[in-house]
Amino acid sequence: MTSTAAPPAARRRRGHGGRGWIFVAPFLLVFALTFLAPIGYAIGLSLFREQAFFGGTAFVGLDNYALVLADAKFWESFLRVLAFLAVQVPIMLLLALVAALAIDSARLHAAGFFRIVIFLPYAVPGVVAALMWGFIYGDHFGLAADLNRLLGQDLVQPFSGSWMLASIGNIVTWEFVGYNMLIFYSALKVIPNEQFEAAAIDGAGAFRTILSIKLPAIRGAVVIATIFSIIGSFQLFNEPNILRSLAPNVIGTYYTPNMYAYNLSFGGQQYNYSATVAIVMGVITAIIAYVVQLRGARKGM
Amino acid sequence: MTTVRNSTSVLHPRKSRVLTAVMALYLAYTLLPLVWLMINVTKTQPALLSTPGLAFGGPFALFDNIVETFTYDDGIFFRWLGNTLLYVVVGAGGATFLATAAGYGLAKYRFAGRRAVFAVILGAVAIPGTALAVPTFLLFSKLGLTNTPLAIIIPSLISPFGLYLIWVYATDAIPDELMEAARIDGAGEIRIFLTVTLRLLVPGIVTVALFAVVSTWNNYFLPLIMLSEPKWYPLTVGLNQWSAQAIGAGARPVYHLVLTGSLLTIVPLVVAFLLLQRFWQSGLSAGSVKQ
Repeated sequence: MTSTAAPPAARRRRGHGGRGWIFVAPFLLVFALTFLAPIGYAIGLSLFREQAFFGGTAFVGLDNYALVLADAKFWESFLRVLAFLAVQVPIMLLLALVAALAIDSARLHAAGFFRIVIFLPYAVPGVVAALMWGFIYGDHFGLAADLNRLLGQDLVQPFSGSWMLASIGNIVTWEFVGYNMLIFYSALKVIPNEQFEAAAIDGAGAFRTILSIKLPAIRGAVVIATIFSIIGSFQLFNEPNILRSLAPNVIGTYYTPNMYAYNLSFGGQQYNYSATVAIVMGVITAIIAYVVQLRGARKGM
Repeated sequence: MTTVRNSTSVLHPRKSRVLTAVMALYLAYTLLPLVWLMINVTKTQPALLSTPGLAFGGPFALFDNIVETFTYDDGIFFRWLGNTLLYVVVGAGGATFLATAAGYGLAKYRFAGRRAVFAVILGAVAIPGTALAVPTFLLFSKLGLTNTPLAIIIPSLISPFGLYLIWVYATDAIPDELMEAARIDGAGEIRIFLTVTLRLLVPGIVTVALFAVVSTWNNYFLPLIMLSEPKWYPLTVGLNQWSAQAIGAGARPVYHLVLTGSLLTIVPLVVAFLLLQRFWQSGLSAGSVKQ
């Protein structure tokens, strides 16, 4: 039955192929409006500059880009998120990986309970997470205040200049360990059982199995999670922006590149320069994401 | 004989108390802010400021706090909740629909330009939202869309992750033969989609919908820049406004309402995740399931 129907089916599929556009077109239409048009518009904006006295804008070519690349505020904010991601991303992904391996190991009591509870913070809005931790960090009625009272000295100061980046890192880690854990866990679940049986026949123990089977098998998931975490770190905004009202002296208007672009637009009306900052950050992020992906792919071969 | 015993011990090892204890520590860290929140929503504002964070104190005021949250400032919280629901139903619902149709179209039809579509979407995903938010605001303000619900809903309609998930899912879940059989019966492509293939995609769709709901419900940056009037705020922006009220000249701190509002904002999503567990967990891993 199927064999006799096969040749016309193949011809038909080619004939029907064009109708795929019916399904894809609506997405592409909205996509063009929300992704492509703003990107084009931002590039256009970045080539102009507001005129101080005469009003209107003048074409300045790549001048804005030269200004951004020489802007000490931009580099300060950039280096801050770079330092942030160099520490926070490995800690978060390592915690997520350990949690996923533990839940997948079948050695954990109540593994299903652990899985759902560790994932739970992902369902908490970033704003609420930042507000909750902000209260907990607080010296009014937070746990930090309780702890200091217990210790008899002001040892824990989450809002001080030297603590702030770690305080933000803690919030981000709390929010996203569960999400990354789930990505790793989903990848672990689909490793075929035969591989473990083969490893057992070779006499491999639990750690040997993790190193030689599980970790290589989920390399793709680790690369994806790393890329998304890097993009997320470069875009850091919500947490510092909310904590800013609690520690305005520590978190300035250019604490992160995203806050800088936001404050240039909405505090300073410098739309053209703001668009340039956003594009430069976008290009840097895309390059780093691409490099990570290439390295991940090469190691996989 | 030994190999058999070894293999069962690798696949069904004994439970480890040490591992469980270590993981329980992490669990405590995960639950700490949530437990802290649940304790402190039961306090009045004066008790909140004067009692230790992880202990109950003062009169039990949870129900008073909930009532005050909904009635404060002429019931603006209720309005924010309604706004959030509007953005979620239309935005996340639309995102799920568009991603499902497009992912299905890319997976099951070989049309000219298909690879180009995929390349453009993947390329755009690498561009961070940072680069898009401010230009999107300027563009929307030219179009007269800022400070309207459409300014939140339209950007929420695109979920590249959702499209990718449905694309992978549909490739495995829908046999070509099924579509061919429907065509031989004379069904059109849209009818095939609605009556034959859509139900096979349900676990994938629930997963995409749930993640779209979370990202719309939790959306903060976009409404923050797009909206200037509190009457259009979603819960996230509204809560932060209440929190910021405690700072500066003429400060009117309403800490207890910020906390109660936070709890009320979390609960619906947590309940949705718990109830739909079976769907989204299978949907997430189904993408890479080997036959």
